[in-house]
Amino acid sequence: MIQAILVFNNHGKPRLVRFYQRFPEEIQQQIVRETFHLVLKRDDNICNFLEGGSLIGGPDYKLIYRHYATLYFVFCVDSSESELGILDLIQVFVETLDKCFENVCELDLIFHMDKGGLSAAPARAVSAVKNINLPEIPRNINIGDLNIKVPNLSQFV
Amino acid sequence: MALKMVKGSIDRMFDKNLQDLVRGIRNHKEDEAKYISQCIDEIKQELKQDNIAVKANAVCKLTYLQMLGYDISWAAFNIIEVMSASKFTFKRIGYLAASQCFHEGTDVIMLTTNQIRKDLSSPSQYDTGVALTGLSCFVTPDLARDLANDIMTLMSHTKPYIRKKAVLIMYKVFLKYPESLRPAFPRLKEKLEDPDPGVQSAAVNVICELARRNPKNYLSLAPLFFKLMTSSTNNWVLIKIIKLFGALTPLEPRLGKKLIEPLTNLIHSTSAMSLLYECVNTVIAVLISLSSGMPNHSASIQLCVQKLRILIEDSDQNLKYLGLLAMSKILRTHPKSVQAHKDLVLQCLDDKDESIRLRALDLLYGMVSKKNLVEIVKKLMSHVDKAEGTTYRDELLTKIIDICSQCNYQHVTNFQWYISVLVELTRLEGTRHGHLIAAQMLDVAIRVRAIRKFAVSQMSALLDSTHLVASSTQRSGICEVLYAAAWICGEFSEHLQEPHQTLEAMLRPKVTTLPGHIQAVYVQNVVKLYASILQQKEQAAEPEAAQDVTQLMVDRLPQFVQSADLEVQERASCILQLVKHIQKLQAKDVPVAEEVSALFAGELNPVAPKAQKKVPVPEGLDLDAWINEPPSDSESEDEKPKGIFHEEEQRHAKQQLPEADEEELARRREARKQEQANNPFYIKSSPSPQKRYQDMPGVEHIPVVQIDLSVPLKVPGMPMSDQYVKLEEERRHRQRLEKDRKKKKKKDKEKKGKPRHHGSLHTESDEDITPAQQVDIVTEEMPENALPSDEDDKDPNDPYRALDIDLDKPLADSEKLPVQKHRNVDNSKSADKEDVPVVEKKIKKPKKKEKKHREKEREEKGKEKEGEDLDFWLSTTPLPAAAPALPSPLPAEEGEEPRREEQGDEEEDDDSERDPEKKSSKRKKKKHKKEKEERSKDKKKSKKKKPPSDKAAEPVENGALDEEPLPPMSSYCLLAENSYIRMTYDIQGSLQKDSQVTVSVVLENQSCSFLKNMELNVLDSLNTKLARPEGSSVHDGVPVPFQLPPGISNEAQFVFTIQSIVMAQKLKGTLSFIAKNDEGSTHEKLDFKLHFSCTSYLVTTPCYSDAFAKLLESGDLSMSSIKVDGISMSFQNLLAKICFHHHFSVVERVDSCASMYSRSIQGHHVCLLMKKGEKSVSIDGKCSDSTLLSNLLEELKATLAKC
Repeated sequence: MIQAILVFNNHGKPRLVRFYQRFPEEIQQQIVRETFHLVLKRDDNICNFLEGGSLIGGPDYKLIYRHYATLYFVFCVDSSESELGILDLIQVFVETLDKCFENVCELDLIFHMDKGGLSAAPARAVSAVKNINLPEIPRNINIGDLNIKVPNLSQFV
Repeated sequence: MALKMVKGSIDRMFDKNLQDLVRGIRNHKEDEAKYISQCIDEIKQELKQDNIAVKANAVCKLTYLQMLGYDISWAAFNIIEVMSASKFTFKRIGYLAASQCFHEGTDVIMLTTNQIRKDLSSPSQYDTGVALTGLSCFVTPDLARDLANDIMTLMSHTKPYIRKKAVLIMYKVFLKYPESLRPAFPRLKEKLEDPDPGVQSAAVNVICELARRNPKNYLSLAPLFFKLMTSSTNNWVLIKIIKLFGALTPLEPRLGKKLIEPLTNLIHSTSAMSLLYECVNTVIAVLISLSSGMPNHSASIQLCVQKLRILIEDSDQNLKYLGLLAMSKILRTHPKSVQAHKDLVLQCLDDKDESIRLRALDLLYGMVSKKNLVEIVKKLMSHVDKAEGTTYRDELLTKIIDICSQCNYQHVTNFQWYISVLVELTRLEGTRHGHLIAAQMLDVAIRVRAIRKFAVSQMSALLDSTHLVASSTQRSGICEVLYAAAWICGEFSEHLQEPHQTLEAMLRPKVTTLPGHIQAVYVQNVVKLYASILQQKEQAAEPEAAQDVTQLMVDRLPQFVQSADLEVQERASCILQLVKHIQKLQAKDVPVAEEVSALFAGELNPVAPKAQKKVPVPEGLDLDAWINEPPSDSESEDEKPKGIFHEEEQRHAKQQLPEADEEELARRREARKQEQANNPFYIKSSPSPQKRYQDMPGVEHIPVVQIDLSVPLKVPGMPMSDQYVKLEEERRHRQRLEKDRKKKKKKDKEKKGKPRHHGSLHTESDEDITPAQQVDIVTEEMPENALPSDEDDKDPNDPYRALDIDLDKPLADSEKLPVQKHRNVDNSKSADKEDVPVVEKKIKKPKKKEKKHREKEREEKGKEKEGEDLDFWLSTTPLPAAAPALPSPLPAEEGEEPRREEQGDEEEDDDSERDPEKKSSKRKKKKHKKEKEERSKDKKKSKKKKPPSDKAAEPVENGALDEEPLPPMSSYCLLAENSYIRMTYDIQGSLQKDSQVTVSVVLENQSCSFLKNMELNVLDSLNTKLARPEGSSVHDGVPVPFQLPPGISNEAQFVFTIQSIVMAQKLKGTLSFIAKNDEGSTHEKLDFKLHFSCTSYLVTTPCYSDAFAKLLESGDLSMSSIKVDGISMSFQNLLAKICFHHHFSVVERVDSCASMYSRSIQGHHVCLLMKKGEKSVSIDGKCSDSTLLSNLLEELKATLAKC
């Protein structure tokens, strides 16, 4: 199960923060900060897993992250998740954002926070427990003033 | 009103929206906090307005601020207002905000119940979806209780999008409201076989998550998961299932045996690394769970290790990391297979990535042997020198100690070397693990008698360099080593070369800067040293020298008397008085050495970990009887154990500080137990313990065991630095020693006449220290027992504990989900709306009751069967012993599985051979078909597994069919054909679109011309129209999106809109195309008639038998029947055919009678009852539309007539 999804930039500014377990705001910020310091220390060419331990809920949890340009995408998951699966999931998530916003960049996330929240819905579904089957995200959501084209994504291998 | 609206929107123009806020924050970098508080004030103003758009905007901004760490719970009520907006974009903002800031403590959350319920039942799937996702983040026990039933209903929603979310959120509901698990579980289980892969995946996830916490309750699902595992191609699902099996195998070893084969196949076949990795992991778990070896056991291990090696050798650091991680799991049970890859692990130690180095270190632990220990440790030591950053260095240090001390120094053959390593480690700066090194030094010095001399010389050197060690204040960690050094020098002072020098070193003024507990040890051991010097001097008849030493003591001890540490102070003043007294005696020329030495007489012996437990109770002592009636419970509890410990402590005063309280003792004892368990050196040695202890009154009952080092250790005096240089030499020497040692050991054993237990040192030493009397004193005496036992392991607050529920027990009446009674949606309407008509509890009850009786027996039987079932299923692997005992339907089942896999493979291959464009559409189609086929097969299988014997008598629910293999069926029928092209087509509806069907046309080029510019056109009727691209007129055709080279076929899909579906339709159409060959190109066309049968508007929809009964009872359906004679086909095949061609699902079947259900794209329910007589078949139909029904029956009749 995914406990949290954190997206922050190279300076540790939160860009998208989803916790699927209740933490007070201060703790949330503290977790973001600590996570940031943990991942910041790491080179780009070393492995993407961190045994975060104390951050969220103990030794069963791992931090799995990817670094894209100016953004870090960090997923905090427990041992029921496949590490490589989550890495793929992050990739897919980023691709989804990319397709939604056409060449996603850091600012898209904050300027379209409402939409970002929605596209995190797959990931959120993730949180609610799960894993998503990407091809099943509804295509071309078109309601009222909102129009999001969800692209076809390659099947996860 | 209108004016107000206008005014509102004008106001809004001047409001900041989210973008402005973000921009503003970026522009106010210096005074961000001030700017934000200003914005919050504005937001508060905005929230006071009536305009919902303004409010939504405000809440949207708040959501952003919440992310930045600002508390927005004060706006909870406004968030609820926005949640209840009718416009989706606003509603979504509301739910997003709620999901970020609502939690169980939010008091207004109860106001949301009705709003959420309304949204859940909204006709728009997006409203429902957003409510579900939002709810998943803030569901409380109250919400869960109130909404459980609504969400459960949504699990059978027509849209997979909603079903998927509903299934996922049920997990959160279970967590908050565990009572809902049992009622909801059957439906959840059903979703494992949902036609939509997303929903299926969701269900798998939920069940896996549940099963992970309480695996034993889900063991009965193993066959179902096994089937999914062998049939699913969705890697996400596979990974989850495989992980789940990893959790289940420890509970059921037979399951493991069954799993090995398919998992091995997957390992061989998959190209996805993630899947491969999980398979390997689960195979490892299986192998661990299988205690006894199985035939291809080692092959599986080899395979895993091989695959892991590939991972580790990969350049991708992630794979490397995971490979090492998995390797360490194998290591625990099969160290040999891993040891072969030592080179690789050592290589990883040099990796630049710290995480990988740490993993490699873990592995090293299991790789050492007597032969390579020195080499490996040398390597690690060089890493210690190079390491940057204290954490990694500390990790290295602990690993070195772990590696050397594991299994009671099993691999250490030269303890001088080990002591040198420890001493070298003390040179580390800033380590936190001084106490670890100290503990090792003490342990080795006490237990390895032969090393004491060497240890003492090293330790005295350490003490001499005290100024080095203690000079820098930052090294507080390492000074712990002095604790050990001082104690060893004091206790074994007889081995000291120059005791006087050491004594002086210990009395230096610098010592007073050490931590109190170390000073205390110094003080105590100074006296031991003093005693031995005295004795030495007196024997040498040098009274003056002896007096000098006394004088030194008298001079230096006062510095400790002034210590701030109470312990130091007390000991020092006590000893000072003693020494002063001795001084007086010495002045009178009285020999004192004897008496002073008597203070520390006697050998210190390590105590067996279980010694205390084994102390026999003297006869006549009733430990449970009160000595004095206790005034209160709590007091007596404190007192009683204390008395006992006290006694014991006095006997061992040297070893245990009397201050240690009970818990501390328990802890220490536990630690010691671990440390000392299985100690080969921990074997009684001195002639006979009994005899020995008789000399010492009072201790005879304590089975103290003495160490005898049976290894004659190498000559002392070898300088440490040389040791590494002479590695080779030493190794050879060591091997010789080993042999000696083995011989000696054997001899020892023979002497003791103990039986050998698999040569395991563990049992051996344990046995040896076990005294004859087995005394079982519980709790109070044995604080060990008070440690968390299995049961206490679970945290009572653990939310998953509540979900430990037996799911196989039949549901009781009381276990229904609460159904909302007020604002009841009327039944017929809900039945219309829902896919599976939800039976309201109130109405259902009488019916249920009546059924209960019938069902009860069956259920009981069923339950029993399920247990057997699992056993049966599990035992199907070639289990030589069990096989003959089992009934036979098994071969059929096993035979079927590979076939289906093959079929799947074929299709896959097929697909990949064709060009990619085709592939997508084709695959979709095929998948669909395959799914259908598979479903019916699955059902068949699941049924088959249940009652092998008395199946005929029992009605079967929701299952279709039979044992016989079904004839191959295709739903494609010929549309038109000429010399160029052949067209076949199939029509599918979807429950999502009530006035649309998709016609899939397969075009096959039968000529040797190249066909291009294909265009399909039909003559629309009033009722049925071809959906054309925007902007084209009704007379334009729809281009086919591909060209056909000779001999190739491909599939094109066309969407038609339909108004009424109660009648079959025929549309005339034309396919025009250009045929191009060597001679040139010609325009060709092919006319066809597209037949829209009523069947094509039906969508296969599963239905519960009770919902089905309810539907029939309602009386809203019109009825009609047909009868067809002269049918020879078996009922199973007939049923399969009807189900397949006419899109029905079987609700219930008894012998040769079956009820079926289907649903039209416009929501008509169609119920059929088919009975087979001797040579005839009769079908009764009920449907919400009589025209539709009669047309359908005509079509059925036509199908049957062909049978």
